Amino acid sequence: MARAVTPARKAGMTILAWLVALLIFFPILYTIITSFKTEGEAAAGFSLIPSGTIESYIEVFSQRDYFKPFFNSVIISVGSTILALLVAVPAAWAMAFSPTKRTRDVLMWMLSTKMMPAAGVLVPMYLIFLNTGMLDKLHGLVLILTLVNLPIVVWMLYTYFKEIPVDILEAARMDGATLPKELIYVLLPMAVPGIASTLLLNIILAWNEAFWTIRLTAVEAAPLTAFIASFSSPQGQFLAKLSAASTLAIAPILLLGWFSQKQLVRGLTFGAVK
Amino acid sequence: MKFTPLFLGALAMGISTAPFAQTTTLTIATVNNGDMVRMQGLTADFTTANPDIALQWVTLEENVLRERVTTDVATKGGQFDVMTIGTYEVPIWAKNGWLVPLDNLGADYDVDDLLPAIRGGLSMDGKLYAAPFYGESSFVMYRTDLMEKAGLTMPDAPTWDFIAEAARAMTDRANDINGICLRGKAGWGENTAFITAMSNSFGARWFDETWHPQFDQPEWKNTLQFYVDLMTEAGPVGASSNGFNENLTLFQQGKCGMWIDATVAASFVTNPAESTVADKVGFALAPDTGMGKRGNWLWAWSLAIPAGSQKVEAAEKFIAWATSKAYLEIVAAKEGWANVPPGTRTSLYANPEYQAAAPFAKMTLESINAADPNSPTVKPVPYTGVQFVAIPEFQGLGTTVGQIFSAALAGQTSVDDALAQAQQAADREMQAGGYY
Repeated sequence: MARAVTPARKAGMTILAWLVALLIFFPILYTIITSFKTEGEAAAGFSLIPSGTIESYIEVFSQRDYFKPFFNSVIISVGSTILALLVAVPAAWAMAFSPTKRTRDVLMWMLSTKMMPAAGVLVPMYLIFLNTGMLDKLHGLVLILTLVNLPIVVWMLYTYFKEIPVDILEAARMDGATLPKELIYVLLPMAVPGIASTLLLNIILAWNEAFWTIRLTAVEAAPLTAFIASFSSPQGQFLAKLSAASTLAIAPILLLGWFSQKQLVRGLTFGAVK
Repeated sequence: MKFTPLFLGALAMGISTAPFAQTTTLTIATVNNGDMVRMQGLTADFTTANPDIALQWVTLEENVLRERVTTDVATKGGQFDVMTIGTYEVPIWAKNGWLVPLDNLGADYDVDDLLPAIRGGLSMDGKLYAAPFYGESSFVMYRTDLMEKAGLTMPDAPTWDFIAEAARAMTDRANDINGICLRGKAGWGENTAFITAMSNSFGARWFDETWHPQFDQPEWKNTLQFYVDLMTEAGPVGASSNGFNENLTLFQQGKCGMWIDATVAASFVTNPAESTVADKVGFALAPDTGMGKRGNWLWAWSLAIPAGSQKVEAAEKFIAWATSKAYLEIVAAKEGWANVPPGTRTSLYANPEYQAAAPFAKMTLESINAADPNSPTVKPVPYTGVQFVAIPEFQGLGTTVGQIFSAALAGQTSVDDALAQAQQAADREMQAGGYY
């Protein structure tokens, strides 16, 4: 029997949820607050009340071009997500609906590649990029971010696909659906919430990826992560400018997350209740 | 359409000059600091005079820059045509054949005007491998009002004993004033740089002539014990996480009686727009113990051309412009003499306008001249570098030793244990590197 939810309990849970949300969001909030401080205020210590100056934003825009790295970030994150989904959907389908005795091992092996520190393969990757002419090229970054995020995409889709009853696919086959039709007209519509949340999560991961995007780019393909990094200074105060650059860099993805939160939550809880 | 002779002439000229109008684009990797940002804003002067050269900037955080340019130059990646590197990299890279010697900077470049100490740090076998964009040493910055209140007078060339006495006298915990602020944050370019420079003045050295580590020698014990005691009694709380920027903030907020750090900080602490103590700052040479070496370092962010570059001629033109006497005058005309990049040219320090705009100019010059990267220590050593050892292993080893020293400052380990650990780490690293 379900426990009755009293108004007091509901209020308590709501306050707790808000507190947890605030705690998680606080670093981002403080970055935004700091971006509206002077460099002196930013260095002075903890304070939630900025003077409201926009001098850091003016400095950031006067020192660097924001729009080129912005569009590079869009191309890299959207491109790598589409490419990852094109590879991961058939792979996850195969593993979810036609498993072999090695499927579990393959999944674990894919995940294990995420456990390797990226710095460990920096030089070989750099040489591959150098010799194939992909250094500082958008297609090179799309490719590497696809590979970096592919294990997570496959795992997420595999988990979603496992929730779909195989009987439905078999029924489609009995009705004469070919494999592509089964995938496109039967599986994908049913897995839309899962695919949407995978897509959104992958865009966020690719947007925020800093290790490869900073190290394999220079001018042409440098995305917003390189834009942020350029404002860190070894000598002299830079916290307000860095915060302004960070706010500008995360604003698009924050907005995307805000507008798609319903889809994200739906995807993440997909299959939770049968 | 009527083809007039004028039109045909113009067409012919256009065709004949077309191959020469090709633009060479230089990609310049640089670090984000005030002088470099200022240069990016002034490049119109260069590109107007050299319309066939375009400039692209890649600005990176210092450690990422170091990693990127090292990877690029080692793999002959060719992503950068001009690299901003420091005095640590130049001797190692020049030895590896990774840099183009700068022999063709032009007749009016006046290479002899470069400060001898800086030039020496950027040369190998008499050849210049990087041109200094700005140079720095370290010195004592102190609060004149607090010094007066303590009843003391700072000499131009203090000893460490005087610094310790003054630091203890100026400390006023009730009013949040620390007698001295020094680097404690771990890192080869942070606390290791400071303590290594300090150790030179105590007669210590990293390695003997056969590359054996020397942390087990009494000179190192004297250095580290003095540093830990001084910071414990007169330093700020949590000093083990303070680097340059943290101490800069503390000093600007009036919370430090003294700060021994980069000479470039002088312009920040005397800038009334940033500093609350701008009109109360005095300068003195880094301290010594009477052994013939002072505890100051030498560093220069410099511009170099990677070997194998296809655009050497254009890169040389740019480097000659950016590190010339004329560039200093451009900055002075547009932004004032106080904003010219310091520490590279003798003529700058003879300029009365600069002397008037930068009250710390004389002390900066004396500090730079007091550092000798080719003979940094009291006892002989097989390496060059004042606050670093110019060997590839130093970045990793220097950071490891910095972490050990930072732990000693935080009270997590004793001075004796810290030195024993440093000795062990250095011994392991040098053996692995095949030094003995």
